[in-house]
Amino acid sequence: MGMTITEKILAHAAGLQEVHPGQLIMADLDMVLGNDITSPVAIKEFPKFGKNHVFDKDKIALVPDHFTPNKDIKAAEQCACVRAFAKSESITNYFEVGRVGIEHALLPEKGLVTAGDTVIGADSHTCTYGALGAFSTGVGSTDMAAGMAIGKAWFKVPASIRFRLSGKLREHVSGKDLILSIIGMIGVDGALYRTMEFTGEGVHSLSMDDRFTIANMAIEAGAKNGIFPVDEKTLEYLKEHGAKEPKIFYSDEDAEYERTIDIDLSSIKPTVSYPHLPENTHDAKEGHDIKIDQVVIGSCTNGRLSDLEAAARILKGRRIADGVRCIVIPATQKIWLEAMHEGLFDIFVEAGCVVSTPTCGPCLGGYMGILSEGERCVSTTNRNFVGRMGHVKSEVYLASPETAAASAVMGYIADPEEVGYES
Amino acid sequence: MKAEGKVFRYGDNVDTDVIIPARYLNTSDKKELASHCMEDIDSSFVKSVQSGDIIVAGRNFGCGSSREHAPIAIKESGISCVIATTFARIFFRNSINIGLPILECEEASQEIKAGDKVSVDFSTGVIKDETTGKEYKAEPFPPFMQSLIEAGGLIPYIKENY
Repeated sequence: MGMTITEKILAHAAGLQEVHPGQLIMADLDMVLGNDITSPVAIKEFPKFGKNHVFDKDKIALVPDHFTPNKDIKAAEQCACVRAFAKSESITNYFEVGRVGIEHALLPEKGLVTAGDTVIGADSHTCTYGALGAFSTGVGSTDMAAGMAIGKAWFKVPASIRFRLSGKLREHVSGKDLILSIIGMIGVDGALYRTMEFTGEGVHSLSMDDRFTIANMAIEAGAKNGIFPVDEKTLEYLKEHGAKEPKIFYSDEDAEYERTIDIDLSSIKPTVSYPHLPENTHDAKEGHDIKIDQVVIGSCTNGRLSDLEAAARILKGRRIADGVRCIVIPATQKIWLEAMHEGLFDIFVEAGCVVSTPTCGPCLGGYMGILSEGERCVSTTNRNFVGRMGHVKSEVYLASPETAAASAVMGYIADPEEVGYES
Repeated sequence: MKAEGKVFRYGDNVDTDVIIPARYLNTSDKKELASHCMEDIDSSFVKSVQSGDIIVAGRNFGCGSSREHAPIAIKESGISCVIATTFARIFFRNSINIGLPILECEEASQEIKAGDKVSVDFSTGVIKDETTGKEYKAEPFPPFMQSLIEAGGLIPYIKENY
């Protein structure tokens, strides 16, 4: 019997010829990631493993991105804890404010993950790197601490669900609309403990940024990982970003899938997830009655350059609606600079948006855009749980950058296909 | 090992944002985290929870963020066991790793009511609703996870074996 790409990567990492769904393995790790929320817990646990030092100072990334620039004294202390550990252990990939970006945009940009890698991160959206053909999954702080101590993690090999994509996305429709549609279709536990593998000729039409967005939200369907096959776009991306030599694995023709779902990309419409679960999807054009107070364009899901460009195409020559606050957050310093050089900031600021430094801030209700009671936000982030962006009686509507921008202009949830570009 | 206590009852898809909201994640102090446990879906939880009490919930308990602060807050608040139909995978491994007992049992998670007195025998997986007298049997853990649990969590397991 053949193996899937995920099974092949895990077999490689565990030093085994083959693995099968359900099998428990100890796998070698190529990268262990933590942020300013999860690392302090791991750093406190680390001495308990009885190891003098981390297993490999080059294979750990410490990315203080959630509450930075430090939002308050406690956050500053958490960051100081991470900084001190990075210094004492000579961690190569520690990123200070001014160089830091949102972790899941930053690691691929810095070439720190390559195809075929096995990666854990103490952040649930670590599944993002599946876009590069890597096995990558979110864990907690104790797993992170163990990973730093011995360079290994235990996994139950997941069964795979295959999403066979055909056709191409229409204008104004993005990878975000696709992944929201899929979560709407299978539910927030529709891929629980499983792999979401994206295959089919439609994959090749998706940009790398779209693939990052799609893999990023695999966790929102409960998946262990999301993964794409390596193609020319992947190889080009890895080369451009100076990643290590890729280890390329392909799913066998006779690999076993628990389920196969066929999706024609041209059938996907601008989609919005209403409160309070990502599975609660609606067509964007149904939202005219939903007046909004805030729009957030950014995050590990949609803070990349092409996301900002997509929002800017809608916002160019227009004004944010009265009574709406629009917050744009480039995910990394590199993206920030490129957006500035492309003139996107002129478009945003002239439209009445504010542009922030890279941070996870509002996505998890940290800071930089917290909602009051009764307020509604259309956001390009990934979760719309109760209280996620602020008050327990506030609401988050998840959408693509184009839908978020169109909604910011109209003051209600709006379909970018209807709003179009300003001629 | 056994647990016994009164039941706090929740529904499907209880996410880690409501177990411990991110606005409190600027600390990793266990007691402080526990003082805000469940507050966004059950503001009375912290006031009424007693050592040994049990959470019973539906599908996909602990979905969302990977924050280990969630099982830490639950454990520190005195909860002795969480019973659910299914757990989100990161919450599942975090609980095993830190030694918060969790059990998957669909029937128990559907039938046991808030306020019932429930006892759990971890060696047999038997859950007994002392209020109704009905017994349930939880799914057994695979041997590897059993050894993790018996070692007392991931840290002692790794220390012993690596």
